[in-house]
Formats: sequence, C-alpha cells, structure tokens
Amino acid sequence: MPEENISISCQNVWKIFGPDPQSIIANSGNGSTKQEILEQTGHVIAVKDVSFDIKEDEIFVVMGLSGSGKSTLVRCINRLIEPTAGKIFLEGEDLSLMNEKQLRELRRHKLSMVFQYFGLLPHRSVQDNVAFGLEIRGEHGKEKDEKVAQALEQVGLKGWEKSRINELSGGMQQRVGLARALAVGAEVLLMDEPFSALDPLIRRQMQDEFINLRGTVKKTVVFITHDLMEALKLGDRVAIMKDGEIVQIGTPQEIVNEPADEYVSEFVKDVPRGQVITAESVMEEPPVLVNSEQNLAEVIEQMRTAGVDVAFITDAFGRLRGLTTLENAETALQNGLSRVRDAVQNEFLSASPDTPLDQCLPLVTDDDIPLAILDERSHLLGVVTRAALVQGMQSTDGNGNGNKNGNKSQ
Amino acid sequence: MWDFPELNFPIGEWVNRAVAWLTDNLEAFFDVITTAIREPLVWIKNDVLLWLPWWVVIIIVAAIAWKIANWKVALLAVLGLFFIGAMGRWDDTMTTIAIMVTSVIVSVIIGVPLGIISAKSDRFEAFQRPILDMMQTMPAFVYLVPAVFFFGLGLVPAVVATCIYAIPPAIRLTNLGIRQVSPEVVEAGRSFGTTGMQLLLKIQLPLALPNIMAGVNQTIMMALAMVVLCSMIGAAGLGLEVLRGMNNLDVGRGFEAGISIVIVAIILDRITAALGKKGTTA
Ligand SMILES: Nc1ncnc2c1ncn2[C@@H]1O[C@H](COP(=O)(O)OP(=O)(O)OP(=O)(O)O)[C@@H](O)[C@H]1O
Ligand SMILES: [Mg+2]
Repeated sequence: MPEENISISCQNVWKIFGPDPQSIIANSGNGSTKQEILEQTGHVIAVKDVSFDIKEDEIFVVMGLSGSGKSTLVRCINRLIEPTAGKIFLEGEDLSLMNEKQLRELRRHKLSMVFQYFGLLPHRSVQDNVAFGLEIRGEHGKEKDEKVAQALEQVGLKGWEKSRINELSGGMQQRVGLARALAVGAEVLLMDEPFSALDPLIRRQMQDEFINLRGTVKKTVVFITHDLMEALKLGDRVAIMKDGEIVQIGTPQEIVNEPADEYVSEFVKDVPRGQVITAESVMEEPPVLVNSEQNLAEVIEQMRTAGVDVAFITDAFGRLRGLTTLENAETALQNGLSRVRDAVQNEFLSASPDTPLDQCLPLVTDDDIPLAILDERSHLLGVVTRAALVQGMQSTDGNGNGNKNGNKSQ
Repeated sequence: MWDFPELNFPIGEWVNRAVAWLTDNLEAFFDVITTAIREPLVWIKNDVLLWLPWWVVIIIVAAIAWKIANWKVALLAVLGLFFIGAMGRWDDTMTTIAIMVTSVIVSVIIGVPLGIISAKSDRFEAFQRPILDMMQTMPAFVYLVPAVFFFGLGLVPAVVATCIYAIPPAIRLTNLGIRQVSPEVVEAGRSFGTTGMQLLLKIQLPLALPNIMAGVNQTIMMALAMVVLCSMIGAAGLGLEVLRGMNNLDVGRGFEAGISIVIVAIILDRITAALGKKGTTA
C-alpha cells in the first residue's frame, strides 16, 4: 500500500520482564511457550516479536485476553515502558533513539493517551484536568482556554467545566480523559481499554459517540480492548494478541471470515456476523449494467442471456439512475419505446458498501431485485442479492470471493 | 556461670568521646544552626505573638480556623485562647506556640524533602527507616543532654530536641502519601510529557497533601508532647510552668499550664486536620 502514509510502525518489538531479558530473546528459537519460560527462568514475556504498520487516520485495535500484553505493547509506543528489543517508528522517526528531552516533546505534542481507569486528577476541576497537557507544555491564557473549551465541546461536556471529578459518573469521567487527550491536538491517540471500566449500556453509547467523533476529528488511534465485539465495531483493522504474540491482523471482516487459526476461530465463533460483515464483502457484479441511452431491445436480449429479471441503468456520467425489470422493459418495447431511459424506474433501494448485513436485510425486499451498493458519488459498486446476503450471514467458512473484492476497493 | 560475662563493650565511652569531639571541633557549625533557629524563633515570639495585642492574636487565629476549618473551630479558638488569657497564662502560651511553630517549620522543611527522596528511591527509604525508628523510640532524655552541649541552654536545644522527635512523621507520611498516589495517575502525567519536577508539583504532592498534612498534624502533636520535657533544659513557656508547679507541689499552677497546653493542642489539631481533609476533596 505505497500510497498510504504509515503513522506508526512496530518492527520485531519485544518486552520481557525479568533480570536478564536479552538472554530470553537469544534463546527464543527453542520453541518454549510463555508459561514454560516463566517457570524455568522467571521471565515474563509480555510482548513477543510483534510487528505491524498503522496507517494514518486508521483505528487500529489490539484485542486480547487479560495478560496477553496489550497494555505493555501500547506503552512501548510512547515508551512509558522501554521495549526490550525491536524498533518503533512514528512517521518514520525511530523512537528508540530519542533522549529524555525528545521523548518528552514527543509525548507533549504527538502522542496522547487515554486510560482504563481514567487517570484523572481528583484535586482539579473538569476544565483544569482537560488543560493538563497544555499546561505541561507551558501554554496559558486565552489560547489554552479556547483549546480546552473546544475539547470539552467535542466530547459533550460543555457546561461541566467547573465540576469536580468525583461528582461525575464513569462515562463522564472518561469523557474528561478523552477531552484531555484531544486538547493537546496530538495526531495519535493511544487508548488502553478506555471503555472497559464502564457499564455495558454506557460503554455502547461511548463507542457510538467515539465513532461519531472520529467523523470530525481525524486521528490515528491505537485502541486496546479485551472485547471482540468492541474491536470489530470500532476497528478499521484488528490485531488479535495471545501470550504476547499477534496471531492475526486484519479487517473485522477478515477476522470473522478467515480466522487465522483455531484460537481466533474459537473467538469469532459466536460473533453475530450480520453486525460485522458488510455489504461490500457479499456484493456481486451486477449481471446487466447498461447506459440509459442504449437500445431497449438489446438490453432485453442481454437480460435474457444472463437469465436475470433486472437491469441497472447508469446516466451519461456513470451514476446509477435506476433500474428496469424485464417485464417493464418488454411492456415499454411493445408500446413502441426504444431507449432504455424510457423504461427506467427511478425508485430503487441502495446502501453504502460499509453497511452491515443486518441493516441490508430489510432493504432487500423483493426477491428478484437486488440491493444496489453505491459509493459517495452514486457509482454502482455492486449488488447484493437476497441469496448472497443470507449466505454471508450464515457461512462460517467464509466467502472468499466477496472478501477479496472487499479488500481491493478499500 | 549464671551471670553474663563482663565483656566491657565500651559503647558509652565511645559516645562520650564522640560528643566531646563534636563539641570541640564543630562549634562553628553548631553556632550557625543555633543562630538559624534562634533568630526566627525570637522574632515569632517577641515581634509577632507578644508584640501584637492579645485580641489581635485571637482574631487572627480565629480567622485562620474559620477559613481552613469552620466556624465551630473558630469559636473554639476564641473561647480557648480567652480562657488561657483569663488564667494569666498568655505570655507562657505565646512562648510555647513560638517554640512549636518554629519546630514544626523546621521539621517540615527537613522532613518533606526527605520524604520525597524516600518516595523516589527505595534504597534511601530502606536506609532512613531504622534511623527514624531510633529517633522516635530513643528516650528524649538521652539526647537532651548532648543537645545542651551543642546548642547551650534555652529555646534552641528545645527546638532541636523537638525536631528529632517530630521529623520522622513528616518524612514517613510524605513518603507514604507520594507512594500511595495511583500509579495510573502518575502514568497519565508521564504520558503527557511531564518533567520529574512537574510530576512532583502537579500530581504527586497535591495528591499526597492529605497525608502530608496528617504528618504535619502529628508533628504538632509530637512537639506539644515535648514541651514539658524541653523545659528541663531551660526552655521557657507552659512547660516550665508545669515543671515549677511540680517542683513546688503547686498542683493548681501545674494544672493551669497543663490545661493551656491541651487547649493549644486541640485548636491546632482541628485546624491541621481540616487542612488535610481539604486536600482530599478539593
Ligand atoms: N512490571 C511488570 N513486571 C513483571 N511482569 C509484568 C509487568 N507488567 C506486566 N507484566 C506481565 O506481562 C504480561 C502482560 O501484561 P499486560 O498488562 O500488558 O497485559 P494486558 O493484555 O494489558 O492485560 P489486561 O487485560 O489484564 O490489562 C502479564 O503476564 C503481566 O503479568
Ligand atoms: Mg491492560
């Protein structure tokens, strides 16, 4: 993907806790498991030879069970924890070469972090908490106040400026944590299980708000969670971690459709596929796609050959204008009309490629008329038939074709 | 057979020699300390507490109590101090408060930084612990005498002896307070690029404040506990009155001074306790 900018790149990152971590890396070839190494040497392998690239403006989710090394990994990125080995680059810059001062500048301007238990200062008001990062950089006065007000607005905390932290609910406190991270305007947000400490309902609400927020504020996000559904819901890509290793990296659909191994399969077994798989991965080429100026008789011929009852019709600019059924077209021809545009039916149902199958289902009302999948400029990307939809929601062994298709257009 | 063999370990002898050596050779050093303590002490006593009219002192104390604690503590301060004055113990009380305030200031100036170092360094913490234990458990009489050798008679050795007793809680509670700050909050601070000093001033000390104030509170109580003892090395004030009452078998005189100490203790305790609580909820 050469045209995309890499924001964070981790290359063979290790973190081992114990008296002689280097020796463990040197002997890592002998195939001992994390548990064996802990028992034999007393070293904990928290992160094991992890490599990945995170693109700019991407939400990269790291998912894993407790103790799998997620928190350690994310802390290696801003060097709250010193990696034992490996390199981490931010926008091409090697973080491991930075001295104390450069590291401080990095944390002040480029990376900001949100914590599971919020990490707020109980002796400060909401706005003074949000101002913390700016204050540390030495900002003050009107400029600082404006940034604080903007961040509070973004997370929906306007009017709560003067409140005390311990008067707020968990959800509200995490909003403060998020606003504090946003206020410094860093390009990268590191979020270590930000919603895990919240009640399920509040958690879902925060996830939705976070998705909305991301629509307006572009950031690269490294998001840690132990909740697979949260990972699939928020992530552009998801990395599954187990015992310090990444066992699979992929889009939510790839994870669900093509689990890399037993471990991941077991995880995704119970995932409600309709919520994760999107129209893109089950859509097909429209069998008959014609220009509105084409000859009606020819189009009827095409539909017969293809054995379908419907043709999709584009205008002169390639935008989808409508469709026509075989029946409709034949009637029009009998009435002496000759162009496709004379038989076009302007009302049709459409969806964007990232619509989850669950939401596509009610749109595929007519067994014979597939759902049109359009991009933002109304170009037809593909169509979703009822059969494909049902298969996509059920299959556990994946829909190879549809999936490859989905990746290319991303 | 049954008696312990006479090994004649000359520890006592060594200590005597060490004290003699220190007295002879570090005179200049002790003089500096004496001046550094005496000047502010005398200033607080003569130029503030005893110079101000009694009612101004009462108003100031009440105002502080009201601001930091509440009106009840303020009322308590007014009534208590008035009662002390009415018993004719005003001047002695002011002298005692001057000794205490000086001791507490010195203890905090020394104790809080050492507490911060203890919190930052496990090694220093391990090193200071037995020393603090010794300072607190060694009977005060034992170091009263060398204090007199080094600092002469009067108020200064009293402050020094008081500090030996009162510094440990200041160190301990500062250390504890900083170590108890939630690691996630410290991590959050670091993740925003704090320097060590910013972390200390903006996160660790404010969050440790309730503990530090509890340390100051204990320091004050320790200082009051030392008041009578210090009168034995010539420190004036309420302690001396208690001592004289004892020597003359004048129970009433001793009681008046004793109750004055109690009143001062209660007022100061309430004020500093409120200060600690304020830290947690602010
Ligand atoms: N300072 C440390 N010293 C020794 N071992 C550690 C240390 N920090 C973490 N570990 C170990 O490293 C492993 C990974 O820990 P980490 O906190 O990164 O896991 P996690 O995936 O974030 O788990 P959780 O979901 O519980 O937060 C665990 O086995 C943990 O016990
Ligand atoms: Mg964790």
